[in-house]
Amino acid sequence: MSGSESSSEPVIETDQLRRVFKTRKGSVEAVAGVDLRVVAGEIFGFLGPNGAGKTTTLRMLATLLPPTSGRARVVGHDLLREPHQVRMRIGYVGQRGGADPEVTGRVELIFEGRLYGMSRDEAERRAADLLSTMELESCADRRISTYSGGQRRRLDIGVGLVHRPQLLFLDEPTTGLDPQSRARMWEEVRKLREIGTTVFLTTHYLEEADALCGRVAIIDQGKIVAEGSPDDLKRAVAGDVVSVGVTGDPQTALQLMLSQPFVREGSLESGLIRLYVDRGETATPAILRLLDAAELGLTTMVLSRPSLDDVFLRQTGRSLRESDPG
Amino acid sequence: MKLARDTWLVFQRYFGIFIHNPAWVAVGVIQPALYLLLFAPLLKSIASVPGFPAGGAYNVFVPGLLIQLGLFGASGVGFSLISELRLGVVERLRVTPVSRLSLLLGRALRDVLTLLVQSLILVLLAFPFGLSFRPWGLLIALGLVALIGLLVASVSYALALALKDENSFAPIIFTAALPLLLLSGVLLPMSLAPSWLRTISTLNPLSHAVEANRAVFLGHLNNPNVLQGILIMAVLAAIAVWFGARSFSRAIS
Repeated sequence: MSGSESSSEPVIETDQLRRVFKTRKGSVEAVAGVDLRVVAGEIFGFLGPNGAGKTTTLRMLATLLPPTSGRARVVGHDLLREPHQVRMRIGYVGQRGGADPEVTGRVELIFEGRLYGMSRDEAERRAADLLSTMELESCADRRISTYSGGQRRRLDIGVGLVHRPQLLFLDEPTTGLDPQSRARMWEEVRKLREIGTTVFLTTHYLEEADALCGRVAIIDQGKIVAEGSPDDLKRAVAGDVVSVGVTGDPQTALQLMLSQPFVREGSLESGLIRLYVDRGETATPAILRLLDAAELGLTTMVLSRPSLDDVFLRQTGRSLRESDPG
Repeated sequence: MKLARDTWLVFQRYFGIFIHNPAWVAVGVIQPALYLLLFAPLLKSIASVPGFPAGGAYNVFVPGLLIQLGLFGASGVGFSLISELRLGVVERLRVTPVSRLSLLLGRALRDVLTLLVQSLILVLLAFPFGLSFRPWGLLIALGLVALIGLLVASVSYALALALKDENSFAPIIFTAALPLLLLSGVLLPMSLAPSWLRTISTLNPLSHAVEANRAVFLGHLNNPNVLQGILIMAVLAAIAVWFGARSFSRAIS
């Protein structure tokens, strides 16, 4: 990613992308006018709770679902007028993968290559390459139904990469994986950036967006509520976070804290007082003194840097973790 | 060119999956054989009833049985598509530049090939019982089976894509297939039916296919029923293929 032209070239550009679903009870606006700009070579994270509109947006950008209104250019082509051009240059790995459990990993990779116009020889060579880079050689000729969760997911990504796409969509790439496989998956995604593939991924894991993505957009109820690098977003929340547990009435304690000049903002979250302060190291002793004077006992006190969850909480008034059923 | 190549790729894939599942291959062969062995002998005794068409029990029954094979053999093909929808296979294929018509045709042609093999087995099994036919007659009969297979398989796939759920797909398919079968004159010729039943039966496209096929097996190629039956099936198959391909390009989730 040396030249400035390549890093500023938009791979995805949307203008008020909108999707309405008709149901028996009326219409639901799943995506309510989304403007996105993703540039070549970045790993872009689309973050939000289940049902926020992440997958619907992704499916529109991958030519699977026509938008109700709005426009988008993907890999330099108009999504609605040139879907074929878009399809030739993107890869898509859905939440459910899409490999048939009845066939072997090798068969699946070769078939995929053939669908993109490769000759039989070419497709076989490409399948062998991918089986080796994804470390799937040991199970290459076994039926996919016998694969472990991690192997299955690596194969899905391999299938999405067969035609060397410029842009790869990953819908919840690590949902349902154990921590070890998840770490393994993150490595694979980072490798993609090294070979120049732009990655657009959705996740509801904050750690994942934080660990992988250069930029994230937070979507809630079909609208983008924040966008930027994880660090920028966290800085916007400002300062440090102090979580305090008290023995008495937390509401009284919260009101007391909010009246202090060094507390910028605060809220109650499942019985814990969450305070945003300018400087944690001076705020903590002050908080202790205040509690002492008010004769409130302290149960816990944790000082932390703001996380993307704090960003989400600040933008939407809800915690991402609370809305995560998993 | 691309259409032919894509269709061939999709056909090969689904043929490969089918051939690796010997249970389905066996079921496909055993079912028509059972009809032949356990039901056709009943017809022998009623072949002399007034109104029963000429040609003997097997020449009346086997042509109809071939049509039934086409109807029942292809009506359930949507089941496998529903499980593929659930696994995300259909979505994955739709992201590739593969032709949407090929996604339908490749599968449906696999189903047609299966039907043709079953039909040949059925005809060969019936031969020693006294079925008679000319080589070109057999070719026309197989062509008719192929058209019905294409028609029914396309409808079945389109329905599967629309319903996306086995529990609503199964009752609709079976409820539709049974009256189509009963009103086609496959089991007993409609010449035995009361006039009101015969009138309803003429509205059933399959009854024309059955009539055509019986004429073919009697060697009456000039019978207008033959051309009529083939044309009706060809037009309906073309509409069904168009509709099925449209469902593939719109399929959601």
